[in-house]
Amino acid sequence: MALGSWIGARLWPGLTIGLVGQLGTGKTALVQGMAKGNGLSDDQHVTSPTFTLINEYAGRVLVYHLDTYRLATPGELAALGFDEMTAGDAVVVVEWADRVHSILPDEMMWIEITSTGERSRAFSIRGLGDRACDFVRSMSAWRS
Amino acid sequence: MFIMTTVLGIETSCDETAVAVVDDGITVRSNIVASQIELHRKYGGVVPEIASRAHIENLDTIVQDALDKADCEPSDVDVIAVTNRPGLVPALLIGVTAAKTLSWAWQCPLVGVDHIHAHAYSPAIGLPQPPWPAVALIVSGGHTSLFRVEGPADVHLLGATLDDAAGEAFDKVATILGLPYPGGPAIEQTAKEGDAKAVDFPRTMLKRDSLDFSFSGIKTAVRYHIHGHGKISGGLEKCSPSDIANVAASFQQAVVDVLVNKAMLAVAQTGLSNVILGGGVAANSVLRGALEEACRNRALNFIAAPWAYCTDNAAMIAALGYHMWLRGKTAGLDLDALANSSTRVV
Repeated sequence: MALGSWIGARLWPGLTIGLVGQLGTGKTALVQGMAKGNGLSDDQHVTSPTFTLINEYAGRVLVYHLDTYRLATPGELAALGFDEMTAGDAVVVVEWADRVHSILPDEMMWIEITSTGERSRAFSIRGLGDRACDFVRSMSAWRS
Repeated sequence: MFIMTTVLGIETSCDETAVAVVDDGITVRSNIVASQIELHRKYGGVVPEIASRAHIENLDTIVQDALDKADCEPSDVDVIAVTNRPGLVPALLIGVTAAKTLSWAWQCPLVGVDHIHAHAYSPAIGLPQPPWPAVALIVSGGHTSLFRVEGPADVHLLGATLDDAAGEAFDKVATILGLPYPGGPAIEQTAKEGDAKAVDFPRTMLKRDSLDFSFSGIKTAVRYHIHGHGKISGGLEKCSPSDIANVAASFQQAVVDVLVNKAMLAVAQTGLSNVILGGGVAANSVLRGALEEACRNRALNFIAAPWAYCTDNAAMIAALGYHMWLRGKTAGLDLDALANSSTRVV
């Protein structure tokens, strides 16, 4: 939540973030933290997009929160208008991004979450492209 | 002279294509649902492109079927009601576009209906006396919410899930346990052979007086129990059928305990004495039984939506559409399909 909030305060328009991790590792919880850092108002709650597939949150930056858990092929994400979302000024966060990596943009950020215990998680964060790389380097400034 | 109003309702918000003809918001003349569950089963969930395509392919025939079953001509239809929120936008758009076209061609007013409000209204269909005011617990794959329902189009949100819907937790836990889709019936069936007290899964109640829900923690707890360094550990292949049945039963009991507990908290906070249950998870007999018993112990009226109106259907859309039309809440041909509900916490 604290890491998500730190990232959320530093999101920039046009950024795509891919989240990878097993069921129950806290992908949606990380996005809840990002929403907080992005200035989402208290009456808006970030809920799981598994059924709705796409949720939208208007904070400092508009965030599309996607879940590919129930999609069969990357083509179906494209059919939902994925290219239009990533081409605009919004931030696009994709849960289960490894399932659709073939249609993801070249420049983006990957966050992989692994469970190291019932209440502890390990995060592996990679940037692709200059801006995402610089951002990941700057993360050494983050202290929980 | 009494003039009857006939409403044609259309519902395409998720994986069912449904059309119904309802008179005066109470008499269901036809209620046709074409389920896509078989289509989606092999993918373990709803596939939006398939859903949209199937809605397009089905809708024409189903409108005709609904009119035929109701012994009704297009000229007999007075109002067109359609689900325009919340749901999967590409799927909603099929129904909304069809409804606009029919409204224009048949020259009848158009009403956009909130799917969740329609679920809250659904127990009133066919009842001579409406069960309002009431606390409504609506539990489905996409939603878990408590409402105070004052009247057909007067619905106030008391609390909702902050992360996963209860039905989604059933589906995901079914996946963790290697059970088939849809997860709700699979877990209920498996749980019959299990001991609901075998595993003490967390009952997340949030703050003392909160009517919100959280089902993300219990999903994680089940996963950890099976795959982590928990009590069974070592993964699914090490679990016996009775281990799986015990986990399914204990998980189901934990979810039911939270739902019943929160519904009773809503009753205590609102002072209302009618409790209604709706949504697809209302089909779960353990939930139904537990809520009914809790109501009986407190001398409350328990009203469960009839099974046909628990899962997604168009009768509830047509019925609520009638009341919205009565109140002048009609829409223009610019009616939008929206992903989120119009309901806000009050």
